[in-house]
Amino acid sequence: MSGLPDLVFAGAATPADLVAARVQMALSLGWHIVIACFGVGMPAITVFAEWRAIRRGDRTYLALAHRWAQAMGVLFAVGAVSGTILSFEMGVLWPGLMDTYGQVIGLPFALEGFAFFIEAIFLGIYLYGWNRLPPRVHLLTGIPVCLAGVASAFFVVAANAWMNQPRGFDLDAGRVVGVRPWAAMFNPATPPQTVHMIIAAFMVAGYGMASVYAVAMLRGRTDRYHRLGFLVPFTAAAALTPVQIAVGDWAAKFLATNQPAKLAAIEGVFATSHAVPLHIGGFYEDDEMRYALEIPHGLSLLAHWDPQALIIGLDRFAPEDRPPVNVVHWSFQVMVIIGVFLLLLGIWLAVAWWRRRDLPASRWFLRGSAVAGAAAAVALEAGWITTEVGRQPWIVWGVLRTADAVTPVPGLAVGLLVVGAVYVVLTVTTVAVLRRLTRAPLAPQEEPGEEMNLP
Amino acid sequence: MTAAEWTISAMWVGVTAYVLLAGADFGAGFWDLLAGGSRRGADQRDLIEHSIGPVWEANHVWLIFVIVLCWAGFPGVFASVASTMYVPLMLVALGIIARGAAFAFRKASAELGHRRAYGACFAFSSVLTPFFLGTVAGGIASGRVPLGIAAGDLVTSWLNPTSFLAGALAVGTTAYLAAVYLCADARRAGAAPLAEQFRSRGIVTGAVTGVIALAGIAVLLIDSPALYRGLIGPGLPLVVISAVAGLASAVLLLRRNYLPARLSAAVAVAALPWGWAVAQYPLVLLPDTTIESAAAQPTVLHAVLVTTLIGAVLLIPSLLWMFALFQRDTAPGRNSHGSAADSGS
Repeated sequence: MSGLPDLVFAGAATPADLVAARVQMALSLGWHIVIACFGVGMPAITVFAEWRAIRRGDRTYLALAHRWAQAMGVLFAVGAVSGTILSFEMGVLWPGLMDTYGQVIGLPFALEGFAFFIEAIFLGIYLYGWNRLPPRVHLLTGIPVCLAGVASAFFVVAANAWMNQPRGFDLDAGRVVGVRPWAAMFNPATPPQTVHMIIAAFMVAGYGMASVYAVAMLRGRTDRYHRLGFLVPFTAAAALTPVQIAVGDWAAKFLATNQPAKLAAIEGVFATSHAVPLHIGGFYEDDEMRYALEIPHGLSLLAHWDPQALIIGLDRFAPEDRPPVNVVHWSFQVMVIIGVFLLLLGIWLAVAWWRRRDLPASRWFLRGSAVAGAAAAVALEAGWITTEVGRQPWIVWGVLRTADAVTPVPGLAVGLLVVGAVYVVLTVTTVAVLRRLTRAPLAPQEEPGEEMNLP
Repeated sequence: MTAAEWTISAMWVGVTAYVLLAGADFGAGFWDLLAGGSRRGADQRDLIEHSIGPVWEANHVWLIFVIVLCWAGFPGVFASVASTMYVPLMLVALGIIARGAAFAFRKASAELGHRRAYGACFAFSSVLTPFFLGTVAGGIASGRVPLGIAAGDLVTSWLNPTSFLAGALAVGTTAYLAAVYLCADARRAGAAPLAEQFRSRGIVTGAVTGVIALAGIAVLLIDSPALYRGLIGPGLPLVVISAVAGLASAVLLLRRNYLPARLSAAVAVAALPWGWAVAQYPLVLLPDTTIESAAAQPTVLHAVLVTTLIGAVLLIPSLLWMFALFQRDTAPGRNSHGSAADSGS
C-alpha cells in the first residue's frame, strides 16, 4: 500500500488499536444495551395498559398505551439500527473471534435473528395497526412483540454467557472440532446471566418510563394520566427489584465456583484464604484493598453461605491473566448501591400505599423516582462493565485473549472517532425527539377521560 | 444438496429478500431525496412514508439474518470479508444507523425544519448505504477478498472498477424497484399524478440501470475475467432472465399494468444475485475457497438448518400477514380505536 492508504491509516495495528477497538465495541454495545432494554420491557407494560383500556373502557389507559407505543416506535428503530452495527462490528473488529468460534456461538445468534424478526414484524403491525385491526386483535398482536423481545434478550445473553463459560467444542491443535452448538448455548453461565439481564431490562424500562411522569408530577401535573403513567411502570419495576437482588446474589455465587478471577476482582481479594471479609468501597493497589470498609467473613458468607468458606484470590492467577481490579470493583459497587436505592424507593411506595392507598406525600419520593430511570440505566451499565471487564484479558474466558481476537487492520482510532461522533449525534437527537414526544399535545382520541378513582 | 449448500442457499434467499425489500426501501429514500422542495415534494414524501413506515424494520432484518447465517455457517468467510472490507462495512453500518434513526425521528417530528433535516439524512444515507454494500459485493465477486483475516487490500478491495459498477448497479436497482413499487401504491391511494410521476421514473431508472449493466460487461471483461466467464457460462440463463424481465417490466409500466410490473421488476433484480452465485459456484471466495471447504461443522449446519426451518414456519405467515395488512387501502384515522402511529405526523 502506498499514497492514499498511508494518509488514512497512520501505521500498523498497535496496542492503541486494541484499545480503540475495545472502546468502540464498548461504546456501541453500551449504547445499544440501554435502548434494547426498552425493547424488552416496554412492550409488556404498554400491552398491559392497552388491556386495561379495553377491558374497562378506560380512556386514560388508552391514552398511555398510545403514547408509549409512539415512544416505542422511536426506541425500537434506534435499537434495531444500533444492534445492526454490532453484528458488523463482531466481524470488523473481532475477526479472530468469529473466524475460530463463530460456528460455536452461531446458533444463539441465528435464533436471536429470528426472534428479532418476529419482533420487528409484529411491532410494525402493532404500531401501524391501531386503525386497521379490531381492538382485541390489535392487543393480541402486542403479545408476540413482548415474547420475542424477551427471547432475543435470552439468546443474545446466552451467547455472551458462552464467552464467560465456553463449552460445546473441543480444540485440536488450535482448530475447533466436535462442535456441540446446543451445549454451547446452554452453558453453565446462561441461567444466571440471562435471568439477571432480562429482569434488568424490565427495571430499566419501568423506572425509565416512570421517571418521565415523576418529573411531570414534580412540575405540578398530577392528573390521573400522569399518576397512572407513573404508577404502572414504576410498580412493575419496583416489584422486580427485590427479585433482581436475589438473582444478583445467585449470579455472584455462580462466579465464586465458576469464574473465581472475576469474583476476586469484584471484591479485590488477592490472597486465597478462608473467612474472607466483604470489601465496601476502597481502592486496590499493590495487591491490596486499601481504605475499604471490611465486613468480617462477609464474602465467604455471601458466596458460599459459610463464614469459613475458601475464596480463591487473584494470587492463583498469573499477573497477565488478572482483570483490572478497580474498574470491576467499583462498577460492581455502583450497581449494588443503586440496587439498594431502587429497593428503598419501592418499599417507600409500598408502605405509603398500604397505609393510605396513595403515593408518598413527600416530594423527595418523586425526586428519587425522577432519577430512578437514569440510575437504573447506570446500574445496568455498571453491571455490564463488571461482567465484561471482569472477563478480561480474555474475550473467551481461558481460551482466547482479547488481544488475539482483534483485527490486524491499522488505523482503528479513526474508526473510533467517527463512530464516537455518530453516537454523540444519535444520543442528542434521540433524547430531543423523545422529549418533544412527551410535550406534544395529546391527539383528540387521547384526551384523558373523566377523573376516576385510582385502582 | 449438502448441508453446506442448503445453508448457503438459505443465506442467498435472505440476500434476495434483502435486495428486493430493503432495496425498495432504500430506493424510496432515493426518491425522497429527489422529491424537490418541502412543499412540492410533500405528496411524494407522504406516500413514501406511508408505504415503507410499517415494513422497513422487518425488511431490514433480512440483513441480520444473512449475517448470522454467514458467521454460523461460514465463519472463516465472514471473518475474511469483515476484516478486509473494514472501511465500506463501517460506512454501511453508519449509513444504516443514520437512515433508520432519521426515518423514525422524522415520523415523530412535527416541525418543518426538523422534518427537513431528518429527511435529508434519511435520503442521503439511503443512497450511500446500497452503494457501499454494492462495492463489497463487487470486491468479493472480483476475487479481491482472499480467505484469511485482513488478507485482502484494505483499499483496492472496494475501490476498483467492479466494485464501482456493483455500487452503481445497487443504487440503480433500488431506485428502479422503488419507483415500480410506488406506482401501484400511489394508484391505490388515489393519487393518479403521483403514479404517473413514478411511472416515468421507473422507466427512466430501468433504462439507466440496464445501460449500466450493459456497460458493465466491458468492465467485467477487463477487471474480473473469472466472473465474466461465469456469467456468460453457467450464469447466462439468469442474466438472460434478468434482461427479459427488465424489458417486460418496462413494457408493463408503459401499459400501466403496475402489479405485474412489480413482479417482473422483482424477477429482473433477483436474477442478479442468483446469476452471480451460479457464475461463481462452487466457490465462495476466489480463487479456491469452496462452499464445502469454508463450511462450519455438520453439527452446526444441522442445528442452524433446523432452526431456520422452524423460524420459517413462524416467519412466513407473519410476514405475509403484515404485507397483506398494509397493502389494504385504509385512510388513516377511519377507525374509532384511534391511531398512535399516525397522530402527530
